[in-house]
Amino acid sequence: MGMTLTQKILAKHAGRDAVAPGELILAKVDLALGNDVTSPIAIQAFRSLGATAVFDRERIALVPDHFAPNKDIKSAEQVKMMREFAKEFGIVNYFEVGRMGIEHVLLPDEGLVVPGDLVIGADSHTCTYGALCAFSTGVGSTDLAAAMFSGEVWLKVPETLRIVLSGRPAKWVEGKDVILHIIGEIGVDGALYKAMEYAGDGIAHLSMAWRFTMANMAIEAGAKNGIFPFDAATKAYADGRAKRKYEVVTADPDARYADEISVDLSALEPVVAFPHLPENTRPLSKVGNVPIDQVVVGSCTNGRIEDLRSAAAVIRGRKVHDGVRMLIFPATQEIFLQAMREGLMEAFVTAGAAFSTPTCGPCLGGHMGVLAKGERAISTTNRNFVGRMGHPESEVYLSNPAVAAASAVLGRIGGPDEL
Amino acid sequence: MSYSMELSGKAWKYGDDVDTDVIIPARYLNTSDPAELARHCMEDIDASFASKVTMGDFIVAGKNFGCGSSREHAPIAIKASGASAVIARSFARIFYRNAFNMGLPIFEAPDAVDEIEAGDRLAVDMERGSLRNETKGKEYRFTPIPPFMRELVAAGGLLNYIAKRKKGS
Repeated sequence: MGMTLTQKILAKHAGRDAVAPGELILAKVDLALGNDVTSPIAIQAFRSLGATAVFDRERIALVPDHFAPNKDIKSAEQVKMMREFAKEFGIVNYFEVGRMGIEHVLLPDEGLVVPGDLVIGADSHTCTYGALCAFSTGVGSTDLAAAMFSGEVWLKVPETLRIVLSGRPAKWVEGKDVILHIIGEIGVDGALYKAMEYAGDGIAHLSMAWRFTMANMAIEAGAKNGIFPFDAATKAYADGRAKRKYEVVTADPDARYADEISVDLSALEPVVAFPHLPENTRPLSKVGNVPIDQVVVGSCTNGRIEDLRSAAAVIRGRKVHDGVRMLIFPATQEIFLQAMREGLMEAFVTAGAAFSTPTCGPCLGGHMGVLAKGERAISTTNRNFVGRMGHPESEVYLSNPAVAAASAVLGRIGGPDEL
Repeated sequence: MSYSMELSGKAWKYGDDVDTDVIIPARYLNTSDPAELARHCMEDIDASFASKVTMGDFIVAGKNFGCGSSREHAPIAIKASGASAVIARSFARIFYRNAFNMGLPIFEAPDAVDEIEAGDRLAVDMERGSLRNETKGKEYRFTPIPPFMRELVAAGGLLNYIAKRKKGS
């Protein structure tokens, strides 16, 4: 029986010729990561084991990005705990403020995740690296502690939902719209416990940035992971970055899929997810009049240079609406610099937007753009749950960066073609 | 060992897709202190939960309970609130593994969930896999917990399981 991409990678890391859906395996991890919210609990758990060393100093990544730069004394204490742990155990990949970025953009960009890897992270959006044809999934802090100690993780081999993409997306339709459309179709538990494996000739029209966005939001459909096949774009991204050798994995032609859906990319228009679930999607043309108070462009979902270019192309030469605050978060220091070099930063600041150092900040209502009661935001982030960006009676609408930027100018949700 | 325990308490009923942002809002994630997290448990969906929940009570919910973030603060907050278990139609996968890794019992019992109302007195026998709604006088079976999960619990959680395995190899 043939295996899917996910089965192939899991089998290899479990030292097995084959694995089948439903099997519980103990697998070796290539990289384990934690952030300033999840690492402190993992560190306490790790210390409770009385361990004197981590399994591999180079295969753990600790990134303070959620409440960093520290938003208050408690956050400062959490990051301090990470920093001291990293020093004590010689963790090579600890990223300090000023050299850090949002973990799921930073780690692949730094070449710390490579195709064929098995990565776990104490952050639900760890599934992002599936864009690289790697298996990656979010776990909790206790799993991270165990992996830092043993280099292993227990996993249930998932069934796979195959998603066949065809056609070329229209102007202003981006990876974000494709994944929001899929979540709108299958629901926030439409891929519960499953792998989402992409296939079809439509993939050739998706940039790596868009693939990262799509893999990133697999968790928003309840999936264990999202994964793309390796192709020329993957190779171009990985070569020159990869800090380890990698082996290309392919799905078997006779792999068995639990289900299959198809998406014609050419039929999509930009998509907006209404409060309070990512599945509450509407095509942009059916949004109606939704005035907004805040616009956020950034996050592990849409904080890449391509995302900033897309928003900047819309905002350049225009002004942010009087009643709107627009906040831009390049996901890494490198992207910050690149945005500066390309004049994107100037386009945003001239338009009246704030341009920030990298942080997850407002995505989770942490800091740097928290909403008051009754306020409404459109955001390129990944979740629009109750209270996600601040007050429980505030609202978050999800969109791609071009729509977010156009909305900032309009003062209500709308697309670039309305400008 | 908690597995042979009989749990009993009253039901706190919620709907589908209860996410980790309402179980424990991110604004409180600058700490990992269980008592402090418990004070804000379920705050954005039910402001009365944390102050009124009594030891042994159950959270009963629809499908996809615990969706969203990987924060272990969610099962930690529920456990520290005094709730004894979560009963739902289904669970989001990271919440599912976190709950077992942490030692918070959770059960998938769709039929029972549909008929339980807020405030009903419930009794759960984890070993037999049965749930009794004492208020309504009805009994249900729930999906047995997979053997591997039993092993985790028997070892005293994931960390002890891994430590034992490492020692043995």
